[in-house]
Amino acid sequence: MSIIAARKESTTTAQADAENQTAASVTSTPVAPATRGQVDISNVRKSFGVTEVLKGVSLSVQPGGVAVIVGPSGSGKSTLLRTINHLEKVDGGYITIDGELVGYEVRGNKLHELREKDILKQRTHIGMVFQSFNLFPHLTALENVIEAPIVAQKRSKAEARKRGLELLDRVGLKDRADAYPRQLSGGQQQRVAIARALALDPKILLFDEPTSALDPELVNEVLDVIRELAKSGTTLIIVTHEMGFARDVADTVVFMDQGQIVEAGTPQDIFANPREERTRSFFSKVIEPAFNI
Amino acid sequence: MSAIAPPATADTAPPTPDYSEYKLVPARHPWRWVGTVLVAAGVAAIAWSLVTNPRWEWGVVAEWFTAQSVVNGLIETLKLTAISGVLGFVLGFILALMRLSASPLLVSVSWTFSWIFRSTPLLVQLLLWYNLGYLYEKISLGIPFTDVRFFEAQTTTLISQFAAAVLGLTLNQAAYSAEIIRGGILSVDQGQLEAASALGIPAWKRSTRIVLPQAMRAILPNAFNEIIGLVKGTSIVYVLAYSELFYTVQVIYNRTQQVLPLLLVATLWYVVITSVLSVFQYYIERHFSKGALRTLPLTPLQKARKFFATHVAASPTKDAR
Ligand SMILES: Nc1ncnc2c1ncn2[C@@H]1O[C@H](COP(=O)(O)OP(=O)(O)OP(=O)(O)O)[C@@H](O)[C@H]1O
Ligand SMILES: [Mg+2]
Repeated sequence: MSIIAARKESTTTAQADAENQTAASVTSTPVAPATRGQVDISNVRKSFGVTEVLKGVSLSVQPGGVAVIVGPSGSGKSTLLRTINHLEKVDGGYITIDGELVGYEVRGNKLHELREKDILKQRTHIGMVFQSFNLFPHLTALENVIEAPIVAQKRSKAEARKRGLELLDRVGLKDRADAYPRQLSGGQQQRVAIARALALDPKILLFDEPTSALDPELVNEVLDVIRELAKSGTTLIIVTHEMGFARDVADTVVFMDQGQIVEAGTPQDIFANPREERTRSFFSKVIEPAFNI
Repeated sequence: MSAIAPPATADTAPPTPDYSEYKLVPARHPWRWVGTVLVAAGVAAIAWSLVTNPRWEWGVVAEWFTAQSVVNGLIETLKLTAISGVLGFVLGFILALMRLSASPLLVSVSWTFSWIFRSTPLLVQLLLWYNLGYLYEKISLGIPFTDVRFFEAQTTTLISQFAAAVLGLTLNQAAYSAEIIRGGILSVDQGQLEAASALGIPAWKRSTRIVLPQAMRAILPNAFNEIIGLVKGTSIVYVLAYSELFYTVQVIYNRTQQVLPLLLVATLWYVVITSVLSVFQYYIERHFSKGALRTLPLTPLQKARKFFATHVAASPTKDAR
């Protein structure tokens, strides 16, 4: 566990560095400082059977921050992301959002798992976008977007429709509101999925490889939408293999390997001067070929 | 890429001849025509024999087709089908949910139910229900292992022919529809449930608004198979001397000895019911295929209207619609 404590320290210094830099260059500061969406992951552990997939992971993301998680396949990135909205139960450690425990409540000196109803309520603050879109195929684009506001938040249909059309407009799909998912391209489907996640007005958005099911020429239309979101003050946690995009959009890059955070820091730190040998060898495999083309 | 691409062929290859003045002739299919003629001849021969062979006794068929007793039997058949169909599918739905639940007890109860009712002949089940009075003289509702009784009755007064028929058909139907519904639910991608719960949609709404509408596509063809089977399957309750369509017809031909024409009467009614159900099936399936197909095919009615609009009505504005 001492390794993790040390790592946590290095994370905080990295963040301090980042703050100094943003103070110098005004361009990268968000328009209005975000006040909600602080995520704290503390020593989270998770096993599937005998294999330990998360071995004590700690990470903090500031309100309005953009954290990009990278790492080799099977390193536990998706699992970590899914613990943040309690789709995956942790075996140890805890996660808080704006100080509120996710999936648990304190009673005495124990953490009791919340009832399904309360967990669902927490999830409305945490939007999630999946690699395989998971749009509801029997509902139109607009119906996909307004389903949760109506069913989970009991908003009026008229209000939800109005907001839904605004969101579809924001992702550039207002004119396809009545199309069914199968009538849309992959990139368009993923943009609808982003609008659907935004419809609940979440504090935090989780992206699990949002572009890896897309043809190369469709990747950018989705990344552009996420770039816009990054400026809007919503906290974003993104798992991706798009290193160029990570460099652009992240204020913290987190490198995971074998269920642990190997190092975390600003894009400059992690991409240009990685401290750890494992990080260096991963990027030498992933980035160099990509940038040499 | 462009560097490796072969050089432009314009100046080396011989010029392509100009075919723009040629007329297009579709391929001919002589054997298709031969087949069509043969089949048409066969159909005509069968129709001819049906009409001209006096032993079909179409006059008798027509006479009995709408006779009061036959119509009463038909109504009983429809009643049995509707009641045991609806109850069977409702119970089947509950059994399917039990089978898919996380509770080992519910899973095994549901499994055992299907096992028992699918492995005993329906005939035996019906006779058992009808003769329940022989096994249990009284039926009572109360708190087990105490003397508290809210309700008590003679079994034989409680289980009429109708009750035995409905019980037998319903429970049997439930066992089969449970599997059909379970299959439909399993066919829906797990990611759909995950996405719905990530959006905070409550469990019941996840089932009814997200999973079931998608499961319906897999459920419906089999469900209609079952219902159509049930329409004819109700004829098995003749063992209880229950006067539905088939039993009624039997009673009549035992009296009049016009066996074939009366069997035809029953058959024609079954054909009518099945045809009506098939039309329902078409439109219900179409409704639930929303979003599953890129474009919905036209209904026969829409096709006819389009044909009329383009070919018959407006010839000057041929391309208008
Ligand atoms: N439900 C599960 N049951 C058993 N093992 C699982 C389950 N989910 C994930 N795993 C295992 O946990 C490990 C981490 O999986 P995870 O999906 O988090 O990896 P990842 O970093 O997202 O990889 P990728 O980049 O390929 O998506 C893998 O070894 C995987 O096989
Ligand atoms: Mg993954």
